[in-house]
Amino acid sequence: MLDKELRSMIGDVKGGRMDRRAFIQRLAAVGLTAPLANQILALGGVAMAEGAQTYKPTKRGGGGALKLLWWQGPTLLNPHFATGTKDQDGSRLFYEPLACWDPDGNMKLVLAAETPSVQNGLLAADGTSVTWKLKPGVKWHDGKPFSADDVVFTWEYTKDPATATVTAGTYRDLKVEKIDDLTVKITFPQPTPFWADAFVGAGAGQILPKHMFADYIGSKSRDAPANLSPVGTGPYKFVEFKPGDLIRGVINPDYHMANRPHFDSIEMKGGGDAVSAARAVIQTGEYDFGWNIQVEDDVLLRLEKGGKGRTIYAVGGDTEFIALNFTDPNTEVDGERSSMKTKHPLFSDPAVRKALSMLVDRDSIKKAIYGRAGRTTANFLNGPEKFVSKNTTWEFSIEKASKLLDDAGWKPGADGIREKDGKKLKLLYQTSINGPRQKTQAIVKQACQKAGIDVELKSVVASVFFSSDVANPDTYPKFYADLEMFQIPLSQPDPAQHMRRYHSRYIAAKENKWQGTNFPRWVNKDYDAAIDAADKEMDPVKRVAFYVKCNDLLWQDTVFIPAMHRLKVEAAANTLRPVISGWANETDNIFDWYREE
Amino acid sequence: MSQYVLRRLMIAVPSLLGISVVLFVVLALAPGDPFSELATNPNVPPEVQAALRAKFGLDDPIYLRYLHWLNAMLHGDWGFSFVSRMNVDTLILQRLPATLYVIGSAQILALLIAIPVGVYAATKPYSLFDQIANTLAFIGFSLPTFFTGLLFILIFSVTLDWLPFVYTTDIKGTGIRWVLEMIRQAIMPVAVLGLFQAASMTRFVRSAMLDVIRLDYVTTARAKGLGQAKVIVKHVMRNAMIPVVTLIALQMPAVFGGAIVTEQIFRIPGIGSLLISSILSNDTPVVMAVTFVFACLVVLFNLIADVLYGWLDPRISLR
Repeated sequence: MLDKELRSMIGDVKGGRMDRRAFIQRLAAVGLTAPLANQILALGGVAMAEGAQTYKPTKRGGGGALKLLWWQGPTLLNPHFATGTKDQDGSRLFYEPLACWDPDGNMKLVLAAETPSVQNGLLAADGTSVTWKLKPGVKWHDGKPFSADDVVFTWEYTKDPATATVTAGTYRDLKVEKIDDLTVKITFPQPTPFWADAFVGAGAGQILPKHMFADYIGSKSRDAPANLSPVGTGPYKFVEFKPGDLIRGVINPDYHMANRPHFDSIEMKGGGDAVSAARAVIQTGEYDFGWNIQVEDDVLLRLEKGGKGRTIYAVGGDTEFIALNFTDPNTEVDGERSSMKTKHPLFSDPAVRKALSMLVDRDSIKKAIYGRAGRTTANFLNGPEKFVSKNTTWEFSIEKASKLLDDAGWKPGADGIREKDGKKLKLLYQTSINGPRQKTQAIVKQACQKAGIDVELKSVVASVFFSSDVANPDTYPKFYADLEMFQIPLSQPDPAQHMRRYHSRYIAAKENKWQGTNFPRWVNKDYDAAIDAADKEMDPVKRVAFYVKCNDLLWQDTVFIPAMHRLKVEAAANTLRPVISGWANETDNIFDWYREE
Repeated sequence: MSQYVLRRLMIAVPSLLGISVVLFVVLALAPGDPFSELATNPNVPPEVQAALRAKFGLDDPIYLRYLHWLNAMLHGDWGFSFVSRMNVDTLILQRLPATLYVIGSAQILALLIAIPVGVYAATKPYSLFDQIANTLAFIGFSLPTFFTGLLFILIFSVTLDWLPFVYTTDIKGTGIRWVLEMIRQAIMPVAVLGLFQAASMTRFVRSAMLDVIRLDYVTTARAKGLGQAKVIVKHVMRNAMIPVVTLIALQMPAVFGGAIVTEQIFRIPGIGSLLISSILSNDTPVVMAVTFVFACLVVLFNLIADVLYGWLDPRISLR
């Protein structure tokens, strides 16, 4: 039904009977607004919209110095070696992708001249290739012209295993060829509904100059002088870099966008902690912008009173979740615990999983911990908006959970802990060391105790918990616990990568050195089928349906208990007008930032 | 004398080797790896992470990694940072000026306070001045620097808005303005560290002075009719300063090693903050280099202290 309606609406937009805004509003009405709404139109044969223009200054420069505070300072300036988003953020001041994402998840052109669509012939209708037209007349900071050769080179550079880039995953399966000086064609090995990963956004898309890196491809990559002194096409020219401490840049007078950038110079200072960064921006005004201000809301509200700055929020798809282990973490089989040959003794009863989801008090977690930076949710997939399921609900009720357990035969023992067939409801709940996470653990533990479930809390240093160290038992992929909590950032406005992780093909186990991404070790044939179908599906509406179904399956089986849909929190001076997208790095739209007089 | 120095240097070699083995093994056995942040980035497939680990040799056995490191160190190659992908020596040299400036000034401030106050307090033991100095010294070294640091920020930056609390390395302006800005932004960290050091040093100077001031030769000097100032400065201080000089020499490595807490609070890009951020990101080559250089400095300044001892007090002979 939805399918048909959408199709006729796309037809209306194409035929000019309905304008784009009305189309997006209609989609919102049926619960389908958002980032990929425009990709729907692109695939439906209507060109993708340029992101909304909010930029006001009418001349280049004149905005003075822009002072940014990144409490984890960038440690290197080659985006393809980035060990974290901080390095991508720093590199993005100088390097640019073909396009980036605006706050609504729309594509905004940077080095590309035209948004690919089926209608303009740049996007293959079967989704196997995309052609990008490049903006003419763009120059690198050293005056050399930017061309298709640089784009092709970036692909060659990143996909070479000897170069050891962290973006190899994006590029290794593609084929990129130069059509002419200002045209490149990307061919995918299979239909790729989300074609805007390579060369788009700050994460993997930043394009390197061939003339600076051509001699440093492969094992010589570490010797490239440009690793530390980037020559890009961006709004600011590189001046100075001290790893972990400082990046400085000055305005690029030949920048390819009119009237941009607004600031005459830029400075990114690193070090310290989030709270004092918030103080330096909001309270004393020493800095214009503070990155990733994950500070308790009480503190922020206090700082904002009569301060010189404010906090700003950007909605993306980051979900803090509690994952349930479907295998037994306490039995060792063939040298591994949580082996696929076992079943979790308690969670194999769906009632226990269901009861547990009723014991996570999301309202209290929001009130006590995340404040304005969180939204309660029943879904694992919380964005882009049109992929968010409306079929799910959540509630917090100790009584109902107790009743559910009673009915399932889990009766309280002498010590008040429920048991059945000699198995006690005792759980180990692990997460990384991080203030909000420990508080969430405490809230969940308290409710569980009241319902007769004994929860033991464990917290692991983040550098261990998230490491790929095969020898360490405390990493999240090993999951030697009953419950674990963290979040996996949704780094692009598309759920494909995010949802594919829980396909039964990718189970984390000893045989793949725990490199599998399905750490709950949950197996569901319907889910696998939906993922496989969605990966090939070019029809945007059916694709939405598949991912909504996947989310609902995760919810029905209680694989994840979503604790909070987290928003990005930044601090900005009152006069600064930053453009922050929940779908991109903080500096991805830096060319559109300005200061209101 | 030269024979003594030579012998001490020879002994230093095996002890430094031992230190390096211990450091290396501890770091290698510590859990975590430098690519942990990649693990939750869905853009980075696990195979890529595994390839990175292999490329940086993290999968080799420990003894092999140690021998590689030792060999490179002997050739003057300090290693290559996993996190910054640059040479460790450049990284350290970049951080050295800020540390030398801030920690060095703090040490000088400490001396400028500790010596006069300690000496004066010792000449009038249990007087009102001595009591006050003692009380302040006790408060000074009981308050940790992270506390005083935050207190200073709250008072001087937030409430009074006099001083910046974010240390910047690239101050705009030249000449006298640059100098003034440099001083202005260093006031708080230098005061925090300097006062802390001064507190314990004052107590040390005072007790060293008290030890000497009661000796017979001081009474003799006084009996000869020398003035109080001359007795204190020329006769008492000269001898009382011998242990103080040793103490200062042993503090010197800290000037190069930085102050982890204070540097973190004021965002001073020094060796201390480099060390802590490298530890947090498991950047072992940097941690190894910084701690090893620190160990070398400790050994070196111990030797210097011993040599100075002999020079200051000819009664001590070094063999």
